Order: sequence, then structure tokens, then C-alpha cells
Amino acid sequence: MYEKDGEKYFVVDSHSHFWDASKENWVEGKEQYAKGWIDCFYGYHQLGPPETHWDWEKYLKVTPEDFERDMFIEGHVDYAIFQSTYLREWYKNGFNTADQNAALLERWGDKLIVNGRFDPREGDAGLKQLEADVAKYKHKGVKLYTAEWNGDSRGYKLTDPEAYRFLQAAQDLGIKNVHVHKGPTIWPLDKDAFDVADVDHAATDFQGLNFIVEHVGLPRIEDFCFMAVQEPNVYAGLSVVVGGLMHARPKFFAKVMGELLFWVGEDKMLFGGDYNIWTPKWQVEGLVDWQMPDSDGVAVSRELLAAAQARHQSLAVWLMTGADVNLVNRQAQAAGCLGVFAKPLHVPELLAVLQAWLEHRAPA
Amino acid sequence: MAGPTPGRDFVGSGPVTAAPDGDIVTVGLRLPTFFCAPNFSFLMVADAYDAVSAVPGVARAEVTLVDHHASEEINGGVAAHAGFVGTFTGEATAELDELRHTFLTRASVAGQDRLARPRVDAGAGPDELASTTLGEIPESDELTRLRRRRAGIGLPYGDDAPLLIHPDGSPVTSEQVPLHLRRARLQRVGIETNGEYCKSLLALRYAPGAATAP
Repeated sequence: MYEKDGEKYFVVDSHSHFWDASKENWVEGKEQYAKGWIDCFYGYHQLGPPETHWDWEKYLKVTPEDFERDMFIEGHVDYAIFQSTYLREWYKNGFNTADQNAALLERWGDKLIVNGRFDPREGDAGLKQLEADVAKYKHKGVKLYTAEWNGDSRGYKLTDPEAYRFLQAAQDLGIKNVHVHKGPTIWPLDKDAFDVADVDHAATDFQGLNFIVEHVGLPRIEDFCFMAVQEPNVYAGLSVVVGGLMHARPKFFAKVMGELLFWVGEDKMLFGGDYNIWTPKWQVEGLVDWQMPDSDGVAVSRELLAAAQARHQSLAVWLMTGADVNLVNRQAQAAGCLGVFAKPLHVPELLAVLQAWLEHRAPA
Repeated sequence: MAGPTPGRDFVGSGPVTAAPDGDIVTVGLRLPTFFCAPNFSFLMVADAYDAVSAVPGVARAEVTLVDHHASEEINGGVAAHAGFVGTFTGEATAELDELRHTFLTRASVAGQDRLARPRVDAGAGPDELASTTLGEIPESDELTRLRRRRAGIGLPYGDDAPLLIHPDGSPVTSEQVPLHLRRARLQRVGIETNGEYCKSLLALRYAPGAATAP
């Protein structure tokens, strides 16, 4: 377990890969797409701290030993969930199949969960494969790529009748978690295959399934938040949010986290490091250390009180804290606050303090 | 989808050639990834073409999208005024008006946050915000942009138009103000974060020595 300042953290990385983007795996005639895909990932990779950057060649395919070191030895990860990603149109043996992932299970079965996948466009054969995969690997989750190419098709929606058949089958087979990749649109050209509205409908109709929207629907985070606030079984997958923003754009990372905490809530936000786009070490350490900037309660109280004073209004402020009450109390009093409540909030105490204040305050 | 606001980094330099009936202006447009959505990319190229063509003294604009998997089709389609469907026969069935409408609607919502936020910080309450009209707001680039975006999608943009309106143009009531502002702020964060992502990736893609192995 990762330990910092006496606090221990059991780290579950809900989104990782063990991919093969090596040139030998590029489909003949589709090289530009295979390369384009991994180049795009390599761009994201470089949004992490410079000391974590790898050569492009190494990035194409890591060894099981790299994986072990980066995830479990140096990366603080206690349990990792593999998200299988096939992309067979561009990668001969698949980019990151359940079979590839499962090969690592033999070595680190006590630390890995391998999620499967399905594609509703594969029809009955696909359903049989799903059943076989679940029987073989005991999948509890699946990763879905709604914009994945399949023959002439450039994507599907979870609300397609065929997709509903698969979701029903998955639910019946004991699958619990559906990780839906929602990211930037590539194809089809004139439609939005990464639109998040289909998750909304499916989540309502399949209450037995959890829907984890990977990458929080970027670049449609607003649509995702409006939906997640209404659907109890929709979760935010934080991979790419942490890796892509925390180092490269800290101010926007804070803004996005603020919105997610407000709309989705901390209990429904899942950490994901997205190995090997990035390594988890700096993400875990950074996230544990991260504080909402400029949102120190004492400082905000001071600003609120000053603004009220400027308008000749009176304002009564109490703080609530999970930190050292005596310390915060001294700071709060100095800022002009009336007092501090310790977490967890004891409601009778709160009411008694408010009652006393109402009785003793000077008439307006 | 909420697209990024392209900045100068997205535009490469191109020569201006004097011709008898005006200048021929060439513009190179580059994007953060090889994979940027073709519909969005087409929209950017077509808009750049229209904007440059409208400059007085410009006889002809030549806008080219570089380093994109659909560069050839998009450049040819825009130059031939073929439209999106005409450019991608068999692969696209809808023109991009709806996409443009979506961008403008979202930008209009985000713009309300940019203009309302300073008033909220100065102590304006829900009643005051619900009754504020565009005419009461000091002129600024942000206000001009909001008016232009609203005009583009048929929403009220005159001096008597309310600052806070729903996407369908109806006014926001006092009771609706807090939630409306939260949504507007979220929309703004969404658009601006996308822009930051795009700028990060573009900077890496075109940084000196950043090229990946061929």
C-alpha cells in the first residue's frame, strides 16, 4: 500500500493496458492508422512530467517485467483492472486483447482483474464468444469501444437493439461493470460515435450494471456530468483526466475536478492511470498530494467576509474541518469566522450553536 | 462536442501573392492530431476559407489543412465548394449545420458564465441577474462574441435581450439562476479544458525535434 504522512492508501487502478503496437503487429495496408493511433497516444504520453517520458520505440510495446516494475513495484498499484481493446482492423493480433492481458494473470493473478469486451455487431457468434470468455476468465467487467471500426461500420450505440441483447446477456452472465470508452470523435465522419447520450438510456434500462464512462466523456464533460448526476449507476473514470491534465494543465485539472466533485461526487470517481500511456507512480503520488488551489476554507471565508463588509452586510461564517480543530479554529478566528465544527458533523451541536447565535446577535 | 478555440498556433504562415484583381492569400491550417474529427476539421477549414475570402482586397483564398489523415479530401472539397457530403460521398450523409449549431449553442451558454461571473463576484443576487439585459453590460470583446453567437443561431442578442437565457432562448427565472449558472460554468470549463488539451497536443506535435520515428 502507498503510504504518505502516516496515511495508507489501497490503490485500485481501474484502467490499464498491456498493448502491442509494435510494427510487426500493424495490419498491412492499414499502417497509417496503426501508427496514427499510437502516435496519438504518444502525444498524450508527453503530457506527463518530462522525467517519465519514454522513447517512441519503447512505447510501442513494453515487456511483462516493465509492466511489473511500473505498476506494482514503483507504481504503488495494489490492484489493476485491464481494459481490453481490440482494434483488429489496424493491429493483426489486436492492440490489447483479453488473451494478451490474461497471459499476465498467470504471473500476477492476485493483483489483476482482466475485463473482457464485446461488440454487438458480431451477432450470435459474438454472444457465444462472450459466454466463452466469461466462463474462461470469470470476467466481472467489459470494456466497450462504441466508435470501434468493424467492417464498413464506423461505430455503434449502446441503444442499438443488438447492443441491448449483449447488455442483457452480460448482465445475465454476472458481468457487473461496463466501462465505456468515450473520447474524441474519429469516425464516422458526420456522426458523434462518442456521444454519451446512449449511456444515459442504457443505464436507466440496465439497473444491474454499473456504467463507468472512461475519460469522463472528454471532450463532452458537460454532457457526462448532466447525465451522471441523474443516473445512480453511472461513474466517472478518471484516466486521462489525471494523466493529461494534472501535470500539463494544473489549473484546468483543478477546475475539472471541482466540477466532477460537485456533479458526480467523490464516491463515484474512479482512479485510472491508463498504463502505458502514462505510468501510475507520478499520478498516484500527485493525486494524494493534490489540493484544490485557492480554496482553503479560511482564505475563502476571509474573502467572503471582506466582500460582505464592502456591501455593509453582516455575515456569520463557521467552518467545518477534518483537520486539527484547534489549529483551524485559531486561523478561523483570525479571519473573522465565528467558530469551527469538527467532522463528522454532529447535528445537535450545530443546531445548538446556531440557536445561541440567533438569540445573542445584535438586532439588525 | 465542444470544439477548441483555434489560436494563432493553429495557423502556419503562407505567402501573399499580388494578382491583378487583388491578392491571393494562402493559409496553412494545422491541428493537434492526425486524427482530429474530420467533420470538425472540415468546418475549421471552410470557416477559415470564408473569413480570409471576406477580407477586402483578397481576390482568392487558398486554405490548406496539413498533416491530417483526410487533408486531401478536405482541401479539395473546400476549394471546390463541394460541401461535406459532396466531399465524402458514401461516408457522410449530413452537412455540418447541426454541428455548427451545437458549437454555437454551447459557446453561448459558456459566454453567459464569462459575463455573469464578475457580477456574481460583486454581489449580484438571483433577482438582479435574472433581470440583467445585454444593454446593461459594458461593451467588451466577450459581449460582442456572445451577441454574434446568439445571432448566428436565432437567439435574442439586442440590448433588451436578457443576459441569462436557456438554450431555447427563453429567459431564466430568479429561481433557476443558481442551477443555470452552475451549468454555464460547467460548459465553460468543458470548452476551455478541451482547448487546453488541444493546445498541449499541438505544441508537442510541432515542437522542434518532437517528431516520432517514421
